[in-house]
Amino acid sequence: MSVLAYIESPGGHFKKSGFEVATYASKVAAALNTNAVAVVIGKVENAGSLGQYGISKVIQVNGDSLVNFDSQVFTKVLSSIYQEVGANTLIMSHTANGKSMAGRLAIRLNAGCISGVNALPNTSGGFTVSKSVYSGKATATYGINTPDRVITVMGNSIQPQSTGSAVDVENKSLDLGGGKVKVVEVKSEEGGVPLPEAELVVSAGRGMKGPENWGIIEDLASALGAATACSRPVADADWRPHHEHVGQTGVAIRPNLYIAVGISGAIQHLAGVNNSKVIVVINKDPEAPFFKAADYGVVGDLFEVVPKLTAAIKKYKNQ
Amino acid sequence: MNILVCISKTPDTTAKISFKSDDTEYNSDGVTFIMNPYDEWYALVRALEITEQNGGSVTVINVGPASNDIVIRKALAIGASDAVRVDIDAPDSYVVASNIAAHAKSKTYDLIFLGKETIDYNGSEVGAMVAELLDLPYASYVTKLDINGNQATVTRELEGGEEVSQIDGSFVLSAAKGLAEQRIPNMKGIMMAKSKPLNVVAPIQADARVHVAKYTVPPAKAGVKMIDPDNMDELVRLLHEEAKVI
Ligand SMILES: Cc1cc2nc3c(=O)[nH]c(=O)nc-3n(C[C@H](O)[C@H](O)[C@H](O)COP(=O)(O)OP(=O)(O)OC[C@H]3O[C@@H](n4cnc5c(N)ncnc54)[C@H](O)[C@@H]3O)c2cc1C
Ligand SMILES: Nc1ncnc2c1ncn2[C@@H]1O[C@H](COP(=O)(O)O)[C@@H](O)[C@H]1O
Repeated sequence: MSVLAYIESPGGHFKKSGFEVATYASKVAAALNTNAVAVVIGKVENAGSLGQYGISKVIQVNGDSLVNFDSQVFTKVLSSIYQEVGANTLIMSHTANGKSMAGRLAIRLNAGCISGVNALPNTSGGFTVSKSVYSGKATATYGINTPDRVITVMGNSIQPQSTGSAVDVENKSLDLGGGKVKVVEVKSEEGGVPLPEAELVVSAGRGMKGPENWGIIEDLASALGAATACSRPVADADWRPHHEHVGQTGVAIRPNLYIAVGISGAIQHLAGVNNSKVIVVINKDPEAPFFKAADYGVVGDLFEVVPKLTAAIKKYKNQ
Repeated sequence: MNILVCISKTPDTTAKISFKSDDTEYNSDGVTFIMNPYDEWYALVRALEITEQNGGSVTVINVGPASNDIVIRKALAIGASDAVRVDIDAPDSYVVASNIAAHAKSKTYDLIFLGKETIDYNGSEVGAMVAELLDLPYASYVTKLDINGNQATVTRELEGGEEVSQIDGSFVLSAAKGLAEQRIPNMKGIMMAKSKPLNVVAPIQADARVHVAKYTVPPAKAGVKMIDPDNMDELVRLLHEEAKVI
């Protein structure tokens, strides 16, 4: 009974979240005394490199109907590979496409499904695994009652570990028929680090007063090599693009470092960021609720503090 | 065009979270519940807009106990035509999805809408399960939907980008922010909701596939370390040496 990992390859390349899934799957496989097989769909450069993350074999599936994503078609492909390799656990990333398939695959494979897990499972006498619930205010440990399991792994929950070497890739053609979804356009935001993947994030709120002031945030982010984010009112007012909105109704992230500038720290905002490893809050109001969730706090005017912090970061990087 | 909108009930975002029965059960004592924002603000409202333009009806469905009627009445007050409640306190997403799919099979809906996720468990599981149970396409995280005859054009939100696609015929959709603007129920809507049909139906047989073994509350932060705003070198030093994040 192997562990099967589906590794996404948007635009023909793996992303960090893919290496996280490969690492996660090989650790689960080791705990279950079995091997981890990876499946990739479509043409991917260097698919065998997944071996470095502990994967023992890579299956690359090609087919005319597999050029664009259709959850119905991809689900058929993945469940057919799952049966073929004799897996009992399927692991994917907790991305838009991963989530669109996890539930489908659970139905097809008669499996129990846990989405967005944040740690490795406990496999001593069963299979339990945890995820963050209630806006990050609690962790739930789930048990899976069925012999088959489908899991999606939340980004930044495990550090990719590259220790092994590349493995062989088995190429496979599968055409299980086209789907009813026709993708007409895929747009990706230019430049920068995509927010859900970022390890360092600089985020700003209504304390910025207006969109014209964001230069200091961008300077700090670029000095750090961080992604930028914002609070909801800022996105609602179109000061910043919607994909930067973090929180309960926006994206949930768990970077290593979250710097919150001029954000009050409302519970709905915290819901999306309180799993960050380290939180720095810059606010002129010492009573701002965000300080209660912070590791480091600076009380001061952001228009003075942020440029000073940027200068200090640059000085540190140049040492 | 007949649309089924799946609505769920979640604790208000500001609710204090606690557990009972040896930390295996959520303690709902004194908690205010609301309709899941993605279901209310985006899925339901876009469904209403579509039927307002093209004719047809919007049915809402909830899988849950009688105490959920309050959110169902709110959906009727916002404008849904009728409602179905499947009378079971469902133990997991599979049981929810099986009951929604069983109802959908007994009727003919052109579209099935859900929210992108419930804000308590952030599962994002039910929509995909319903789609597979009904063997329909699934458009998830939709921020824009246009209907033109039998064809829909949807924009999906992806990590660091978006995808536009066309789908012919029936499908399942999960709604994300941007799909519509929140509507507040007015007095007339609230009055009318009282006489709209809310049909309570018995659940089908389905066994839970997962269970919560334990809830834990994360340890409180050790306390914030305050840094002098004129000494950002010190903050950088701490981030490097103590927190080890840069
Ligand atoms: C159901 C629901 C869902 C929600 N979802 C989200 C969500 O997903 N994400 C989200 O962010 N919000 C969400 N909200 C909104 C949330 O409740 C807050 O209203 C919002 O987060 C406040 O944004 P803010 O901190 O940028 O603005 P404010 O609350 O206005 O705070 C601005 C802060 O900037 C500080 N400030 C001002 N000037 C300066 C200066 N010169 N220097 C330093 N500091 C300064 C102020 O002291 C203040 O603390 C939601 C609300 C509801 C009801
Ligand atoms: N008990 C329920 N009854 C009806 N619909 C539900 C229920 N639970 C979840 N849903 C729907 O499924 C969506 C996704 O929920 P989840 O998979 O739990 O994150 C929600 O936004 C609702 O539209």
